[in-house]
Amino acid sequence: MALLDKYKPGDFFDEMFSAEGQVRPHYAALFERFQNLDQEEFEQRRTAVDAAFLRQGITFTVYSDEQGTERIFPFDLMPRIIPNSEWSRIETGLIQRMKALNLFLKDIYSDQRILKEKVIPKEDVLTAKHYRPEMVGVPVPKDIYIHICGSDMVRDREGTYFVLEDNGRCPSGVSYLLENRSAMKRAFPNLFSSVGVRPVAHYTQDLLTVLQYIAPQNGRIPTVVLLTPGIYNSAYFEHSFLARQMGIQIVEGQDLVVQDKKVFMRTTKGLEQVDTIYRRLDDDFLDPKVFRKDSVLGVPGLVEAYRAGNVSLANAIGTGVADDKVVYKYVPDMIKFYLSEEPILANVPTYLASNPKECEYIVSHLEKLVVKSANESGGYGMLVGPASTAAQRADFKKLILENPRNFIAQPTLSLSRHPSYCDGRFEGRHIDLRPYILCGEKISIVPGGLTRVALRKGSLVVNSSQGGGSKDTWVLYGDS
Amino acid sequence: MLSRVADSLYWMSRYAERAENIARILDVNLQLLLDLPKLAPEEQKTLWEPVLRSTGDHEDFFKHHKITNSENVIDFLTLHPKNPNSIVNCITTARENARHVREQISLEMWEEINRTYLWMKSQTLKKIVRQGPYDFFSAVKNASHLFQGITDGTMTHGEDWDFIQVGKYLERADMTTRILDANDEIFINQPATTQTSGTLHWSAILRSCSSHDAYRKFYVAQVEPDKVVEFLILSEFFPRSIRFCAQTLDEALRRISGCKDEHFTNHAEKLSGRLVAELNYSALEDIKTVGMHQYMDELQIKLNTIGEAIFQTYLFSPPLPSPEPEPELKPEPPPKPTPKQSQTQKLPKAPAAA
Repeated sequence: MALLDKYKPGDFFDEMFSAEGQVRPHYAALFERFQNLDQEEFEQRRTAVDAAFLRQGITFTVYSDEQGTERIFPFDLMPRIIPNSEWSRIETGLIQRMKALNLFLKDIYSDQRILKEKVIPKEDVLTAKHYRPEMVGVPVPKDIYIHICGSDMVRDREGTYFVLEDNGRCPSGVSYLLENRSAMKRAFPNLFSSVGVRPVAHYTQDLLTVLQYIAPQNGRIPTVVLLTPGIYNSAYFEHSFLARQMGIQIVEGQDLVVQDKKVFMRTTKGLEQVDTIYRRLDDDFLDPKVFRKDSVLGVPGLVEAYRAGNVSLANAIGTGVADDKVVYKYVPDMIKFYLSEEPILANVPTYLASNPKECEYIVSHLEKLVVKSANESGGYGMLVGPASTAAQRADFKKLILENPRNFIAQPTLSLSRHPSYCDGRFEGRHIDLRPYILCGEKISIVPGGLTRVALRKGSLVVNSSQGGGSKDTWVLYGDS
Repeated sequence: MLSRVADSLYWMSRYAERAENIARILDVNLQLLLDLPKLAPEEQKTLWEPVLRSTGDHEDFFKHHKITNSENVIDFLTLHPKNPNSIVNCITTARENARHVREQISLEMWEEINRTYLWMKSQTLKKIVRQGPYDFFSAVKNASHLFQGITDGTMTHGEDWDFIQVGKYLERADMTTRILDANDEIFINQPATTQTSGTLHWSAILRSCSSHDAYRKFYVAQVEPDKVVEFLILSEFFPRSIRFCAQTLDEALRRISGCKDEHFTNHAEKLSGRLVAELNYSALEDIKTVGMHQYMDELQIKLNTIGEAIFQTYLFSPPLPSPEPEPELKPEPPPKPTPKQSQTQKLPKAPAAA
C-alpha cells in the first residue's frame, strides 16, 4: 500500500489535496515520488536525517533535564510547496508591508506625523512596552530600522493568506530553513531537479550584504560581528551557524568594550574596532547603562556609541513597537498612510481589549477567540478559546480586565493543514509560514520561508516550545 | 582573533588531549594486569593509588569510593560525573569549548568531537567492562587521533590553529610527566622486583605511550627503565616526549607572536624558551641526580607557569580602567600563608564559564 492511500484531508484547507480529494497540480510530482516509496524506505530516510541533525549538533538543550540531554527539532520529511504565482503575490505584499513598517518606525522616532494626524491613536503606540523614547530624534543609517524581519503567515479555510504577526526584533529560525533544505537534498537528491525548486542558500550572503550596507561610512572595510547571549541561549546553534556562513566573528558582551564612543572587540592582538553588530539580544539587555541595569550580556556604553553613529545595529533599537500586537492592528492603515496603496496581504481581524466596546466583546466571546498578550512570543501568554477550559477562560478574563492594554483577541482561524508523518502514517496537521525579509539597499525575501507544523493532533500552536516541528518549504520556478 | 576564542580553542585542545592521556594512564595498568597473576586487594591498591595521585584527583576519589581497585578507579577516571577530569567530563568540556567557537573550527572538527561526545554519553561501566576496557581506551585514543588529524587536515594553519597546538603540547608534556611519575612509584613499591616484571612494567609504559616500536628502533635493545625514562623525557624526535612537546609548544608560541628564535617578546615565550634550552642540554644523569619524582614535579610546575603566562599574555582581558573615581585605598590585609605545595600538581582547569 502506498504511503498516502489512506490519507484524509478532512474538513480543512489541505495544502496538498483539493476538497474533492484531488492532488493539487503543484504537488503532483512530489505525490508520485512519495507514493513510490514504501514505508521501510521512508523510515530509513527519516532515521538518516534525524541522525544527521544529531551528529551536526542541530539541537536544543532540554533545560529541565540534569543530564543536559540534547534533542533535535522534529523535522517532517514531506515538504510544503508554494507555486510561483502564489509566492509572487506574497512577496509583493510583504515588501509593501516592510516599507510601511520602516516608514512608521522612522516617523514614530522623529515627527510622529501618523499620531498627530490621528491615523493611529497616540496612546496605543506610546504605551507599547517596546517603544523606546530614548531613540526619538536619533537618526539610523539609511533610515532602516528593521533589517531582518520574520513575518508569520497562515491560511484560513478558503486558503487565503493572512499575516498573523511581524517579528521585527530578533526573529529566529532561518538556520532551520537552510538546514532543512540541506537535509532534504541529501534525502531526496533527484526530486529537486524534477520538481524545479527555487534555491535558498544565498540567504546568508544577502544578510551580510545588508549588514555591510548599513555600516558607518568611515573609509574602512566594515567589520561585522554577531552578538549572541552565549552558548546557553536556545538559538545559539543559529547564531553560530549564521556567523560561520557569513565568515564573521561571533561575540559575547564580554568580548566588546566601548572607548571614545567606539566599539571594539578584545583580540589576542589588542582592540579591534567593530562597525556593524548583528545583535541577537533584545533591547533590554544591550546596554546596562541605558536599559536593564542587571544585564551581564550587554556592552556598557554601546547605546552611546550607536547614537554617535560610530556603530550600526541590526535591527535598530526600538523596533519592538512594531511587534506589538496592538500596533499590528494598524499596519493596513500605515500602508495607506505612508504609501497611498491598498494592502496586498490581509491582517487577521483584531479586537483590542483597550477599547471598552471591543473588550466587552472579547470577554463575552472567549470560547470562540484566540487571545494573545501584546508582547509575548513563542506561543506563551495565549488562550485558544475553543480548546480552553472554563477555568482558563476565567483566568484570562481576569487578566484582560486588569490590564486591557496588554491583550488582543482574534477569531479562531481554521488553519490550513498539510500531510505530515505522525506515528507511522501521514495525517493532516496545521501549519504556518515564516518568510524572512531582508531590508538593505533593496528588500529581498528568500523564496518560501520556514514552515512550522503543529505535530500534536488538533493543535493550532506551531512553536517548537509547544510541540511544533518544521518542514522544508519549496517555492517552484513555475506553477506546477 | 578574539581572546575568548583563543581561550576556547586552547582549552578544547587541552581537554581533548587530556582525555586521551587519561586513557593511556589507565591502559598501562590494565596491560600490566593481563600479565600478572591475580592480585590480592592490597596489591591492587599498590597498583592503582599512584595512578590516582598522578592525576591529582586522589582526595576526590575517596569522597566517592572506599576501595582502590580496578573497577572503582576505572569508574572514577572514565565515567564519573563528579570528577572534572574523568574522560567523559574531559570530552564534554572539550566539546563545550568547541561549541563556543563552532564557527571558527571546521565543520568536520565539530562533527567529530560531537560524535565522540554522543558516543561517550552512551557508555556505561557495565558496557565498558563487558566489551573489555582495552577496546574502550583504544576507541578513546583513536577518537583523539582522528580529531587531531581532522584538525590538521581541515583547518587553516593560522593563529587559531597555533593556539590549538599550544594547548595540545602543553597538556601532552604535562601528562607524560604524570605517566612517568605514577609508574615510577609503582615500580619502586613493587615488593620483589624481578627482572621480568620490571621489563613487563616498562614495556607497558612504552606501549601506553605508543612508543614501544620507536624505542626499540632507537636503542635496538632490551627495555630498561633508565632508557625508557630517557626516551620519554629527552627524545628529540618522538612526538610524546617532553622535550619534543616543549619544542613544538615553543615554536607555536613564536608563530603566534612572530618572534624569532632565541628571542622573546613576552613572558610565556621566555619561559618556554628556557624550558626547551634546559631539556636540550639535559642528560639522564641530571634527572637521576634530582630524583625522578622531584624532577617530574618541577617540570609540572614549569609547565603550569607557562600556561599561566599564556593566559596573562593572550587570553585574559583585564577590565578597562573605569572613569569613576577609584574607591579609597584600604590598607592591604596581611598576606595569607601560601598553602604547602601538594605532592603532585593538580591538573589545570578550564575557566568555569567554558
